[in-house]
Amino acid sequence: MTKISMTVNGRSVSAEAEGRTLLVNFLREALELTGTHVGCDTSQCGACVVHVDGKAVKSCTMLAMDAEGASVTTIEGMANADGSLGTIQQAFQDHHGLQCGFCTPGMVMSTAALLAENPKPTEAEVRHYLEGNICRCTGYHNIVKAVLAASGQDVSGMGVAAE
Amino acid sequence: MPKDGGIGASTKRREDLRFLTGNGRYTDDINLRGQLHAYFLRSQVAHGRINAIDSSTAQGMPGVVRVFTGADFEGVGGLPCGWQVTDRFGQPMQEPAHPVLAQGKVRHVGDPIAVVVAESLEQARDAAETIEVDITELPAAVDMKAALAEGAPKVHDDLTSNLCYDWGFVEENKGAVNEAFEKAAHTVSLELVNQRLVANPMEPRVAVGDYDPWNDMSTLYTTSQNPHVIRLLMGAFVLGIPEHKLRVVAPDVGGGFGSKIFHYAEEAFCTFAARKLKKPVKWTASRSEAFISDAQGRDHVTKIELALDADHNFTAIRTETYANMGAYLSTFAPSVPTWLHGTLMAGNYKTPLIYVNVKAVFTNTVPVDAYRGAGRPEATFQLERLVDKAARELGVDPIELRRKNFIQPDQFPYATPVAVEYDTGNYDATMDKMLALSDYAGFAARAEESKKRGKLRGFGIAHYIEACGIAPSNLVGQLGARAGLYESATVRVNATGSISVFTGSHSHGQGHETTFAQVVAEMIGIDAGQVEIVHGDTSNTPMGMGTYGSRSLAVGGSALVRATNKIIDKAKKVAAHLLEASEADIELKDGKFSVAGTDKSVDWAGVTLAAYVPHNYPLENLEPGLEETAFYDPSNFTYPAGAYGCEVEVDPETGKVDVLSFTAADDFGNVVNPMIVEGQVHGGLAQGIGQALLESCTYDENGQLVTGSFMDYAMPRADDVPAYTVDHSCVTPCTHNPLGVKGCGEAGAIGSPPAVVNAVIDALHRGGLTHVSHIDMPLTPSRVWSAMQAK
Repeated sequence: MTKISMTVNGRSVSAEAEGRTLLVNFLREALELTGTHVGCDTSQCGACVVHVDGKAVKSCTMLAMDAEGASVTTIEGMANADGSLGTIQQAFQDHHGLQCGFCTPGMVMSTAALLAENPKPTEAEVRHYLEGNICRCTGYHNIVKAVLAASGQDVSGMGVAAE
Repeated sequence: MPKDGGIGASTKRREDLRFLTGNGRYTDDINLRGQLHAYFLRSQVAHGRINAIDSSTAQGMPGVVRVFTGADFEGVGGLPCGWQVTDRFGQPMQEPAHPVLAQGKVRHVGDPIAVVVAESLEQARDAAETIEVDITELPAAVDMKAALAEGAPKVHDDLTSNLCYDWGFVEENKGAVNEAFEKAAHTVSLELVNQRLVANPMEPRVAVGDYDPWNDMSTLYTTSQNPHVIRLLMGAFVLGIPEHKLRVVAPDVGGGFGSKIFHYAEEAFCTFAARKLKKPVKWTASRSEAFISDAQGRDHVTKIELALDADHNFTAIRTETYANMGAYLSTFAPSVPTWLHGTLMAGNYKTPLIYVNVKAVFTNTVPVDAYRGAGRPEATFQLERLVDKAARELGVDPIELRRKNFIQPDQFPYATPVAVEYDTGNYDATMDKMLALSDYAGFAARAEESKKRGKLRGFGIAHYIEACGIAPSNLVGQLGARAGLYESATVRVNATGSISVFTGSHSHGQGHETTFAQVVAEMIGIDAGQVEIVHGDTSNTPMGMGTYGSRSLAVGGSALVRATNKIIDKAKKVAAHLLEASEADIELKDGKFSVAGTDKSVDWAGVTLAAYVPHNYPLENLEPGLEETAFYDPSNFTYPAGAYGCEVEVDPETGKVDVLSFTAADDFGNVVNPMIVEGQVHGGLAQGIGQALLESCTYDENGQLVTGSFMDYAMPRADDVPAYTVDHSCVTPCTHNPLGVKGCGEAGAIGSPPAVVNAVIDALHRGGLTHVSHIDMPLTPSRVWSAMQAK
């Protein structure tokens, strides 16, 4: 067991873990941040996406040790300071961009990374960027709609939104 | 309507707040004090005889508490099957034992052989690697028709063959159907495969067993769509634990699509092991494990024939289907190719004579059971492909051929020749709506434009019907169900007027916490925010059958309406007392009780407080308190229907298919939350398009699963599907449930595969490739290209 230290959602944390411990398991088990999910074992589904030093990373594909000293943001760190939903989170609720909620943390984290590098993506760019995040519930329509809405674009032609 | 949303409002989902902030509580998020971890050692061969298991090394490894094998489960019940089908000769199906851990033989890749329970998962996994299993590999039965041949390897030595049942429906009609084919002016036939799929909800299955020896109480936390069903099956048939000593909790569940209906070995194991070891035992499936242990879906091989008269009226349908059961009978497997499939073979059409034959077959593959739509997608795919093929062979418009044979609005209720009675529908209306929304009139111009770019454009149509709101218990009992299929609700009004609802339905993405509250809020006239929905825990919800078959609102919602009506009836009595009026004169509107024709009134909270602080209360003839339970057993299925249109472009150089647009016009009856209904359709469409173009669960000739991960099994991604146009404005309300609702959960997955395939065939024909009459799903570039080259 090794002591691993990093900054998670702005807080300095450290915990013991084995060398083989993946970052996702370190977050979920050692830090009890269970918002980051594990949906596969081949780095395909994207339910475990977090940000490491500002970059979107599949946390099932990184050893916890390799995040030593890094600054990590998880879904638990995405709400506004007052606890209200952040812009992306609010767009997902307004446009019904989630159903069972399991892929949602990864979708929100990937969306944040997309909008940071491309603040006004086209629908095609959104669909292409989210290739690494699988959702089985929504058929993607309302996720794409939520991402476009979060970027400030008009989505009124894409179906019903919440009242 | 209440200001924060009643029936018909696209109310924001309240459950989203926890899901969007990482505060959902899924089963894998549960960690109990002193918890041990289970790792399942599974068969790597499809069929084999276990000669010996040596776990002596593993037993001594660090952290290992105990290794379990099949020997530990001798004397423990096997996993039960919940539906007994009777074959066409009047005999019950062949029903093999399904042990929790393999006894003597393994019958599919993934069949569990041993379980290591250790202090950590890593320790359990490390120890499992040292277990030596001496196994003699046997020839495997994989292909269904080969499995029925003389001398085929037998999956179960104690059965007479690999045939589970040979079912005929309606057997008495067989002669008349054959006669209709002899007299037919035209006949059309089609052989097709409805390939095996994996449900793949994004949350893999998890089970956490716990045991409190001081109260002799077992608790199972599990990823289930129906915790009461698991309690009943596991308690009564596997472990022998009475209901009052067994609690099953399904907390937030990350999707199901049918695969989390069934009772699985891992649930029984964790409950059993926790009792033995007196410590919590947790198991979490990896995705690879899910591929070889979750029940899979579809897997039918069918020949279907249609007879028509000279005027192109359908006169008879005849089908022969081979349906794969896999190695064991999963909980509801036998019902899927029979009662959930044969009863839908009339589709939207007035075909007077139908005969369906289904041979269910055991093979050395993972068990097959219900997956989104379950039987109804298989029926719809056959029928809607065949009608399209018929139109092509007869040289008529596929839309007009459908319209000519549609059951007409004035014919409802309509009794089909396959034992169901449709209550309402208007199929021309949904067809018209779909054609308008998809700009079908402009298709020819778009096809011309594609042609200029060297692409082949096609438009495919399907019109589906399904039977939802499962199901009338007396009917399904006659058909072999070993359970009732009612639903339940308890409405507990609290003293200050807030309401806690306890429902037997289960939400794993459907948003019941929001929509069920909308229903109660509308009925009483209070804000939905005053209503809390509780589900998923057998210790506080009434016995209910859970969520599948698009039944939550049609059956669970009906129970909720009944319970709420009981509340309103009692509250009116209390109000009448408080207002010194006759009960018959009390009206409830916007959360206020008033005496008709007067200005006397008392608000909702005034009545509820009186019920719990009964100082001024008719105690002589009314009990205090305000809590009611209702059970609702439907008198019929519900029959959602709709027209689906798919526009594709095929690249003739590569065979690649692009779905350009997809339009769905559904009749779901009345709608509680349009936003949620649209989302349900979207999700179904992606699964249907996935089946049509991408997904296939494939075994090699030895029974090895060659699509065992997301690297190999092509799940639809965001850029594989288009933006959808969906509509639910064609409404013929259900006539036999109080909300007039039909259900929307499965429609998208049922109607879309034939629409996509019909579109591809249409594109090829328009491109002059008229020799291609069918391509089996998934329509991968290689399959489409090969079909184009074949002459």
